[in-house]
Amino acid sequence: MDSVGNIIMYFVIALSIIVFSVLTVTTNRILRSATYLLFVLLATAGIYFQVGYEFLGAVQIAVYAGGILVLFVFAILLTHKPGEKTKPLDSHKRWLGLSAAIAGVLLCAYALISQCSVAFAKQGIVNVDMSRIGHALLSTDKFGYLLPFEAVSVLLLACIIGGIVIARKR
Amino acid sequence: MELTVLMYLIPSLIMFGCGVYGFVTRKNMIAILISLELMLNSVDINFVVFNSFLFPGQLEGMFFTLFAIAIAAAETALALAIVINVYRKVKNVDIKEISKMKF
Repeated sequence: MDSVGNIIMYFVIALSIIVFSVLTVTTNRILRSATYLLFVLLATAGIYFQVGYEFLGAVQIAVYAGGILVLFVFAILLTHKPGEKTKPLDSHKRWLGLSAAIAGVLLCAYALISQCSVAFAKQGIVNVDMSRIGHALLSTDKFGYLLPFEAVSVLLLACIIGGIVIARKR
Repeated sequence: MELTVLMYLIPSLIMFGCGVYGFVTRKNMIAILISLELMLNSVDINFVVFNSFLFPGQLEGMFFTLFAIAIAAAETALALAIVINVYRKVKNVDIKEISKMKF
């Protein structure tokens, strides 16, 4: 049994995820689309906080909402005139995309509702403390993540170099 | 009333559907990237929700999401570098105008 505040919080988060993700793909101004994406990402961080993963929520806000969104806004302002609207889609393409998306969603929703029973309720929030995350991230044991950690660091280095090489002026 | 795993998966599913729709229909390269972010984000939600509901006390889903966020950041940075480079060459980010690989 969840508390009333928790349930109200859940409905706010779920509603904002649904509304803002629809707005993100339907608005015809690209900067607004990026702004709606920001709200979707913040609501996602809200879900992470609600299920008890505070560290992950903080990472989501810092990396996605703080880093990637700023990158998007910079790229949009560099490549678009302010207030520019995108051309309306041709209806053929729109119906094709819409039917593909709706068919996929309906199929997955049917599979979820028929297979995934409602019995998986939460058995109380397990708060993951920071020291455990740190030990798991840097250990080489069975549930240690040192190798992917180092691989991601090499990947980020490669990404920095690649970004400079691609975007520099020749 | 109880919050079940299904109640978290349905918004995530709708988010993924929006991402698919935007990815298929949008003509702007940056808008396509934004739709891609929506899809990646909904998959991250699924990992976290399954981890915390089915295997509470374990950290696998959380670490997978952590690395997925890092890789998504790297991918977005590179993709936006490519978009800006293309804009410098053809003064446009519309995928209809960019049909040649070599300028």
